[in-house]
Formats: sequence, C-alpha cells, structure tokens
Amino acid sequence: MEANTAVEVGRLSRGPARVIGVARDTLAITRRNLTGLIRVPRFFVFTIIQPIIFVLLFRYVFGGAISVTTTGVPYVDYLMPGIFVQTVAFGSITTGISMATDVQSGMLERFRSLPMARSAVLAGRTVADLARTTVVLVIISAVGFAVGFRINTNVASFVGSLLIVLLFAYALLWVFSAVGLALKDPESAQAASFPVIAPLVFASSVFVPVSTMPSWLRGFATYQPVSVTASAARALCNGGPTLSWVLQSIAWTIGILLVCAPLAVWSYRRAV
Amino acid sequence: MGDAAIMVEGLRKNYGEVVALQGVDFEVPVGTIFGLLGPNGAGKTTTVRILSTIIRADGGHAEVMGHDVSADPVGARFQIGLAGQSASVDANLTGLENLVLVGMLAQIPKRLARSRANELLERFFLSDAAGRPLRTYSGGMRRRLDVAAALIARPPVLFLDEPTTGLDIQSRTELWEVIRELVRDGSTVLLTTQYLEEADRLAGRIAVIDKGTVVANDTTTALKARLGSTTIELEMGSEEEAIRSDALVGHVCTLANEVEGKTVRMGCVQGPQALIETLRVLGENGLEPVNLEVREPTLDEVFLALTGEHPLDGGSGPASKDGG
Repeated sequence: MEANTAVEVGRLSRGPARVIGVARDTLAITRRNLTGLIRVPRFFVFTIIQPIIFVLLFRYVFGGAISVTTTGVPYVDYLMPGIFVQTVAFGSITTGISMATDVQSGMLERFRSLPMARSAVLAGRTVADLARTTVVLVIISAVGFAVGFRINTNVASFVGSLLIVLLFAYALLWVFSAVGLALKDPESAQAASFPVIAPLVFASSVFVPVSTMPSWLRGFATYQPVSVTASAARALCNGGPTLSWVLQSIAWTIGILLVCAPLAVWSYRRAV
Repeated sequence: MGDAAIMVEGLRKNYGEVVALQGVDFEVPVGTIFGLLGPNGAGKTTTVRILSTIIRADGGHAEVMGHDVSADPVGARFQIGLAGQSASVDANLTGLENLVLVGMLAQIPKRLARSRANELLERFFLSDAAGRPLRTYSGGMRRRLDVAAALIARPPVLFLDEPTTGLDIQSRTELWEVIRELVRDGSTVLLTTQYLEEADRLAGRIAVIDKGTVVANDTTTALKARLGSTTIELEMGSEEEAIRSDALVGHVCTLANEVEGKTVRMGCVQGPQALIETLRVLGENGLEPVNLEVREPTLDEVFLALTGEHPLDGGSGPASKDGG
C-alpha cells in the first residue's frame, strides 16, 4: 500500500533533506516560470518598452525644462537611477498578473495536489521575476549609456546601485504576488496595481527634485520607498551622501517584506 | 478500513451561504473504477477537490489509501494523481516539459521523470507533439496529456474529474480505452461525469450525487435495472404497420410502450436482448422498420427516477464553484 514510502520518508524528514527538497521544488517552478517568460515574451517586452519610452521622453522632451543645477550633474545622470527604480516598480505589477493567471488557470490547484514544498510556488515566482527584472535593468542601463548617462563614481558603486534597486524590486514582487493571489483575476490585478504604484513613482524624486514640489507633498515625496531607493541609487552613481539613503532603502525593503511576504503566503493559502 | 482505496464519511462543505456537500459517504475498493455521476453543481468537483487535498472539508472524514486528507495531506498527495477540470497543465510548456515538471514536483528523480514522460507520451500517441507548447494542442490531445500528468508518479489512486467533457466522440472513446487499461494495471480510479453512458461503460459502481448528497450508490447493473429503461424506437413504413408491430412485440418490453404516428416506442429493462427479440418477431412477420433507434436513459431521466425532479430544476446548487 505504501508505494512511495522511501521517497515519502526522505521528503518529510527535517533538516538538510527538507532544505534540499524545498530548493529542488523552487528550482523546478522557477524554470517553469522562466520558460513561460521566454515563450510568451509579452511581459518582457512590456517591461522593457515602457521604461525606454520614459528615458527618451524625459531625456529629450521634458529634460530641457527640468532644472537640476543644485545636484551638480547633468539631468540624464539625475534621471537614470530614478528610471531604474521606476522600471522595477512598474515591472513588478506583472508578478501579480502572473500569480492571478496561475490561480485562474488551475495551475495552483495542480501544485496543491502534489507532494511538493508549498513555499516553492511563491519562491519560484519571485525568483524567476527577479531574474527577469535583472535582465531588464541591464538593458535599461545600456539604453541609458546610449543616451549619455555616465557614472560619476566608480563601477563598483554603479553595480551597488543596481543591487539596491534589485533588493527593493524583490520586496515589490511579494507585494504584487499578494495582490494577484488576493484578487485571483489578471485584469483586476493589473487594474488594482497601477493606482498603488503610480503615485509612488510620480510623487517622488524619480524624475524631478522634490524641492520644486509644494511643501505638503515634499515630506511624502522625499521619504516614501520609491524616492528613498532612487536617492540611494543616485548617490551610488553620482556621489554625495550615500550611506543614509542606502540604509533607509534597505529598511523599507525589509519592512515591506516583513509585512507583505506573510500576506502573500496567507493569500496563497486562501487562493484556491 | 479493509480494502478501501478511498473512504468518504459524512463529508460536508459550504461556500459561504451555499451548501456544496451535505454529508457525502462512499467507499471505493482497491483496483476498481468508481463513477461519481451528477449534474453541474451537484458536488462532484468539490468532492474531488477535498480528496485531492486542494481544499479542506468543513466536516466529515476522508481517507486515501489510509491517509486522512486533512490530518495527513502530504501522505495523501503521494498516493494520488489528478486529471480533469480541477487541475491544469501549463499552456506555455511543451508536453514533455509539463510531464517532467509534474513528475519532479511529485518527488521522483528528474531522469526517471523524463523516461516515464517519454513512455507516457508514446502510450498516449503524443510523441510527435512532445516538443510543442500545449497552446498548440487540440482539446483531445490536451486531455490525454492531462491524464498522462496524473500518471507520471504512478500513484495508486487516480481522480479523473470529468475527463471527457467537451471532447468529440473519437477522443472520448480513446480516453475510455486508456482509463480501462489503467485499472487493468491495478490502479483505483474515481471518475466524475455528467454522462450516464460514460459511468456505465467504465465504472463497476456508481454513486449518483445531487445537491451535495448521494442519492444512489449501487453497481452499474443494479442501478440501471432500478432505473428501467433502455428506449427502443421503431419507425415503421406506415401508421398501420406501427399498430401491427406494437401488437406483435408489445410483450417484449412492457415499460411505457406507446405508438405515435408511424413510431413505436418501448421501454425495456434488458436492452440488447429486447432488441434482438423485437427484430426477430418483426422479421418473422415480414415487417421491417425504416428507422431504428436505441437510447440509454439520459442523466435527466436518471434523476427523474431517483429524485422525482429534473436535476436543473432546483437551481440552488453551487454551480459557480463546481464548474462545468
């Protein structure tokens, strides 16, 4: 009767065997998600085209009208670290859409009926989307260099700026995983995500210095997570006071993860 | 619990205000096909979802190969394979990739998953399509792959949730053959269906489920005998011939015989024998029907016989949660 006893015992054991089991399942789900991203490049294209439009728009259309003389660097150097954060912020919405699609298609039900690590579904989704985000960020950096963006510090700091943005992106992926699992419908997930992310991206230091904003907005626009991360990435690329912004960004990242990862796990349990 | 592969006792489930299951009981012996027959919203899919640990029951008790699905869901998951409308495969992955993924998540080694996947693709006539994304598969191919995915870990118990809904007759017949083969190999199958014909052809035992309760649970033969009736319809050359035929063969079947214009309609308990006898008697008397139709009772008629009402008249079933 116990056809799979040997496997079962190994799988259910604690310690190293369990960790290996979780890692193996996560890897399988990650591969599945990456294959989907490559076969249906819709999300990939969407998350690349949109920030490129913003780069061109702000570099060549609005840029001339925006004064950043106080920062001591050309506007394109001010803009690009902000664009990095904008790219990952809007891109993370697709995580919610993918999660909701898995609920709707019955994929999550399949996973639930299998003797796999439950955590692998969320881990595999966020890891795959982090990989996608990394590729997109590298491409956007190249676009930035092509339109005149220059690093004013050093290569290590520039890589650091990408890492701080990716760290923040990982927290956002959990936010939108939770949204997608709670709404269970790709269209609703997209519709609900934009109003959350848009004010954070636009009422921020991403495109313009907050000093030009009305005083009632300035506090929010300076210390909200998107701005703080943009400021951290900017300091790493352009120089100036860096550590405080980096620490604030990491604090936001950890704070968001602490709230949203359990929320995502909770909605995952209730999603089917 | 003896030889029961699946044991279900007093299973209850509500979706908010809607009662999906109100005390479902049945047992499925090892190595048999058990049919769960009912209309949309009867509770078939809810039952399968509880047994396959996708959702939890609100009350009652269910075991798969001795593993309590709520106390030991992981143990239960090692015993089951699931195909049909309750669980999906990935449209963007190829047939082979889907099977390997499900195999790996069922905790079999990758190499073994790969070799079994190739075997299954061959067995289900999908070898040529093994490298194509599922998006390009026809409905019949997709259902076959779905069943293959349920088999990759060689679980002793299979849940097939309306496996042939929406398939054309040829694909349906092919899939039936596959299901019969599985049981020859020793598997236990729980099959849900809306089609009496399907349950009749495959299952040794059928539970009829309506509005979240089992209204009948019997062997297929006993159930059909209880329900009557195969309908034989003879269309004769003229009204006069029809009346003559009715007089001659009326004794063969005695359930609700009638003549309507050129048509003689007879309700028979033993369909095949009745048909042979009818044609023999008519032939001996030089009569030949211009058209002949033999109908098994429809699900509607089964429900009428068992519950005294048409399945869709109630309208209170949790149709939204139970899918198609």
